[in-house]
Amino acid sequence: MSPAAGPLKTTPLVRLFRDMGARLVEFAGWEMPVQFTSVIEEHRAVRTAAGLFDVSHMGEVEIRGPGALDLVQKVTCNDAARLRPGQAQYTALTTGTGTFVDDIIVCRRGQDDFLLVVNASNTGKDFGWIASHARGDVEVVDASARWAQLALQGPKSETILTPMAPAPLSPLRPFHFIETRLDGVQSIVARTGYTGEDGFEIYLAPEAAPALFTALLRQGRPQGLLPCGLGARDTLRLEACLPLYGNDIDETTTVLEAGLRRIVKLEKGPFIGAEALRREAEIGPTRRLIGFEMIDPGIPRHGYPIKVSGDNAGAVTSGTMGPTVGKSIGLAYVPAPAARVGTRFEVNIRGRDAAASVVPTPFYRRPH
Amino acid sequence: MSKGEGIYPDDLKYTREHEWIAVNGAVGTVGITHYAQSELGDIVYVELPSVGSPVVAGEEFGTVESVKAVSEIFAPASGEVMEVNSALATKPETVNKDPYGEGWLLKIRLADPKEPGSLMTAADYRKYIEEESN
Repeated sequence: MSPAAGPLKTTPLVRLFRDMGARLVEFAGWEMPVQFTSVIEEHRAVRTAAGLFDVSHMGEVEIRGPGALDLVQKVTCNDAARLRPGQAQYTALTTGTGTFVDDIIVCRRGQDDFLLVVNASNTGKDFGWIASHARGDVEVVDASARWAQLALQGPKSETILTPMAPAPLSPLRPFHFIETRLDGVQSIVARTGYTGEDGFEIYLAPEAAPALFTALLRQGRPQGLLPCGLGARDTLRLEACLPLYGNDIDETTTVLEAGLRRIVKLEKGPFIGAEALRREAEIGPTRRLIGFEMIDPGIPRHGYPIKVSGDNAGAVTSGTMGPTVGKSIGLAYVPAPAARVGTRFEVNIRGRDAAASVVPTPFYRRPH
Repeated sequence: MSKGEGIYPDDLKYTREHEWIAVNGAVGTVGITHYAQSELGDIVYVELPSVGSPVVAGEEFGTVESVKAVSEIFAPASGEVMEVNSALATKPETVNKDPYGEGWLLKIRLADPKEPGSLMTAADYRKYIEEESN
């Protein structure tokens, strides 16, 4: 464990996890399960059946009032005006230079009522950033302590969750959510996730989370559901090429460099970072986040230096042995001309230059 | 893993870095302990030296990688690599399943067959990991 300032924060589930024998580690100031039994078993459960994650460390910022939409539009690069109540959107809080304050999900709960789901490591920073840009009749609240979050992910998720909901969940489409009762507990049920599979993210009161977690395990176990830790969450998201803040994206990388042109809506009107992103879009980013596979043996890891045509060209941002793809894979920023699929480069693995090749992304796409 | 629960065979010697060595005449067989494989979790890659290369007691000779972490492995004794467990290239998870059997890492022609005598016994090692995990 890395030394943290003060005691680690815990989610309402930590006692249950200790009893279950989960391996707990420090993550972004929180004590979280990294694995229950085996990262690979948990990963496979999500790809083939289902997995249940506690992600209550994620932050929630509520924005309300007549000025709510204007504020969301100002601080994010995607177009929140396109959301109807009940819809969610992947977007970024952008700096004036078009880099990431954070990558987030915006849920529109009502005309003037938004819930922003932010990374645990950024909750304080994001709340301060958003609040500092609030003008007029709008309320910004760090509601993180009032929300627990469970992620039920995998092809069996709908079958497992449906009996606990008052109405069928099949009409709920990706990036839509409903406010409903699950086992009698008021919840937001969103068809979103961070694994590359179908699934749900469930927001509810912290005190209700242990009972729902236990009920979902009981409901899902016979269908292959496993409790999953952050270890599997990381291998799943990496195979699906979903970026991790602090590894693949941060305040030094722009949204366009990260390959997220689709969430940049320059035509929506002014927002923080719009001018920088417009200029960058015109000339094209000078470097790009690419997916690669190792050709030589070895596993790329965050921070390993890379060389393109013999020149130092940055570092691996994420890497692992992908349990489903069965290959050593990673993400890295390379100069734009080297971003073409098939380009070879070297990853320095503890002093040894190992060959890698740019490949199409995502590494894994779920069968339909 | 709850400490003490693991199996630590009495006929092996153990290092503070969680390797074991079995001495048979002038040959030492080396692997990582039950505790080490359990702490690492799912092992997905093993990097070993080539046959004929020298290893020096206490120095790194390779790495064992789990999904999440890279762990260096250190030679329990000095000598020359006679054989490496090439089956681990395709089945690295064998180290998790059978750390003292099929999951061995390499065989060393020992420079001094008495050298491993100074390493920890199974009883010492059990006590050591109990202290280390407290």
